[in-house]
Amino acid sequence: MLEIKNLHVKLEDEDKQILKGVNLTVETGKVHAIMGPNGSGKSTLSYVLSGRDGYEVTDGEASLQGEDILDMEPEERAAAGLFLAFQYPVEIPGVGNMTFLRTAVNAQRKARGEEELSAGEFLKVVRAKAKELEIDADMLKRPVNVGFSGGEKKRNEILQMAMLEPKMCILDETDSGLDVDAMKLVAEGVNALRDAGRSFLVITHYQRLLDHIKPDVVHIMADGKIVKTGGPELALEVENNGYADILAEVA
Amino acid sequence: MAAAVKHPEVLAAKLASMTVPEGGAWASEARKTAQARTEATGLPARSDEYWKYTRPDAWTAPEAGFSGALPASDVLGEGAVTLYFVDGVFDAEASDDPAIAGASVELLSAAAAADLHWAKDLYGVLEQRGQSPVARPMAALNTAFAAQGVVIHVTGKAEKPLRICYRSTGGECAMHHLIKLDKGADLTLLEEGAPAARSNIVMEVEVADGAAFHHVRLQGPEDARQTLSHIFARLGTESELRSFTLSVNGAMTRNEAVVELTGDDAKILVGGAAVGDGAFHHDDTVFITHDAVNCESRQVFKKVLRNGATGVFQGKILVKPDAQKTDGYQISQSLLLDDDSQFLAKPELEIYADDVACSHGSTSGAIDEEALFYLRSRGVPEGDAQDLLVLAFLAEAMEEIEDESLAETLTEQLAVWMKKGR
Repeated sequence: MLEIKNLHVKLEDEDKQILKGVNLTVETGKVHAIMGPNGSGKSTLSYVLSGRDGYEVTDGEASLQGEDILDMEPEERAAAGLFLAFQYPVEIPGVGNMTFLRTAVNAQRKARGEEELSAGEFLKVVRAKAKELEIDADMLKRPVNVGFSGGEKKRNEILQMAMLEPKMCILDETDSGLDVDAMKLVAEGVNALRDAGRSFLVITHYQRLLDHIKPDVVHIMADGKIVKTGGPELALEVENNGYADILAEVA
Repeated sequence: MAAAVKHPEVLAAKLASMTVPEGGAWASEARKTAQARTEATGLPARSDEYWKYTRPDAWTAPEAGFSGALPASDVLGEGAVTLYFVDGVFDAEASDDPAIAGASVELLSAAAAADLHWAKDLYGVLEQRGQSPVARPMAALNTAFAAQGVVIHVTGKAEKPLRICYRSTGGECAMHHLIKLDKGADLTLLEEGAPAARSNIVMEVEVADGAAFHHVRLQGPEDARQTLSHIFARLGTESELRSFTLSVNGAMTRNEAVVELTGDDAKILVGGAAVGDGAFHHDDTVFITHDAVNCESRQVFKKVLRNGATGVFQGKILVKPDAQKTDGYQISQSLLLDDDSQFLAKPELEIYADDVACSHGSTSGAIDEEALFYLRSRGVPEGDAQDLLVLAFLAEAMEEIEDESLAETLTEQLAVWMKKGR
């Protein structure tokens, strides 16, 4: 599904290398997790994959279902099936959440040559999915993320994911700022989307999210590289011993 | 001693290019004194503080710099009685029967021809009051020379909105509208289209106690339009006036509003949204005088500028010594879509009462790149994403339009124009 080879990335405005040769393959239908200390480049990886400005790829490649994505516009990547759940979802005053969702769904359908959803069809689908995430009608009406609590913002991200039905979902620290109940709700939303044709890359600091979203593979990232890869037990090791042991081991 | 008239040759050339329309005794007298007002001050010049940000020569030059048909706009007609004017001349054939229960509608040419008419007490009267403390010679010039306009006397709640729809084949025109609302009367007036390639429009509005006047104006995407407009209004006790203008492109536009709150508990809103691309200059100049207790005034203006467009806002709130409990609010904001565009703002408060709440704010900003990326990451193409953010920015101003269906119509039309303009 997602293949990253020797990816080197620096900041556009600064001579600062962030990613220093990332190699990663996420197979179709699998859930991979990336853990790592602050500043290891986890979020940068998610931004570079989704096409945010400000980064320069100096070497390496990344492809989604065999298609090189690094030269695509962010909207083209989205239409190709990539989705990033933001660590800090953006507030957009003046744009209603429902309008936003419908515009996004129909833009992607259009880009893929599918017919746009009518207002009625869309409403039916969005209501059902919102209900599962305990998102009420008021949250759908309000401007995108404006005045939402941390938990509401994250649930809104998962709602977008559910509506857009991407192939490759990247979750950037979706657990940050969530209490236990909110985390469970978000995890359930993610788990409901797991299927044989969809892959996930879950970026997190802590093991606790992985109790709810059980990964197939766990990677440890440090200083711009994947330094260790293992099964779910690797996450438990981090939980128990911290990163220091692992980093010392691979140094 | 009166100050010497600046550039008398400009005034002389302008006057020579104009013809005083025919009219009865009262109209001739009003026009003559208005011309004298113009002659006393001279035409506006670039050196005038009041015209610092906008070149007056677009209107002071004897010849309009452009001729040719402008695209017609016909968006706000639903449910309204429409009067069409082509290059400032009434088109009876195209227009609806102007019979509206609660209002009597006449043409200025007819009212001016009458020997006696109520219009005598309004024509040029509020315009003249509006000449101080800042002279507005172009408005006096309009009073002196405008031959056409609509004269409306609203006696009750007008059953339908009245729409003035302008069409232009080029050239220029001066039009002067009068609206007199009796106690408790209520009228919605819609204005739409380019009156001419170059136009000078004055509207005088007398709002009696408890009356309400709603005004929505659409200045469409006529790229070559040069529009100068003045609204002079006076509000009585517990009356209300709401005036909102949506402007899309146009070469030179200056919309002035000069409002006096003379009765207690009156409310006024003057607002606008403007979207300009390229050779676009749009100026909103507002002067609100609080001269009564517990009145509320709002000025809400938003502008979106790109490709070297210029936006201007000059807004003043004057609170006289006895106008206690005044609530004055003023905000002007611009969204600059590139480095070539500019927004010039001059907010002014002049307050002589001690128990008032007045606030003002003016901002210029760029598009929110974070929001843009967020939308794009969800699959919304860049242009559509930008339009969404632009409409979101303007929404706060558009919300000032009281009639929701009108607001929706204007917003939808704006979205269409923006998409076309890309």
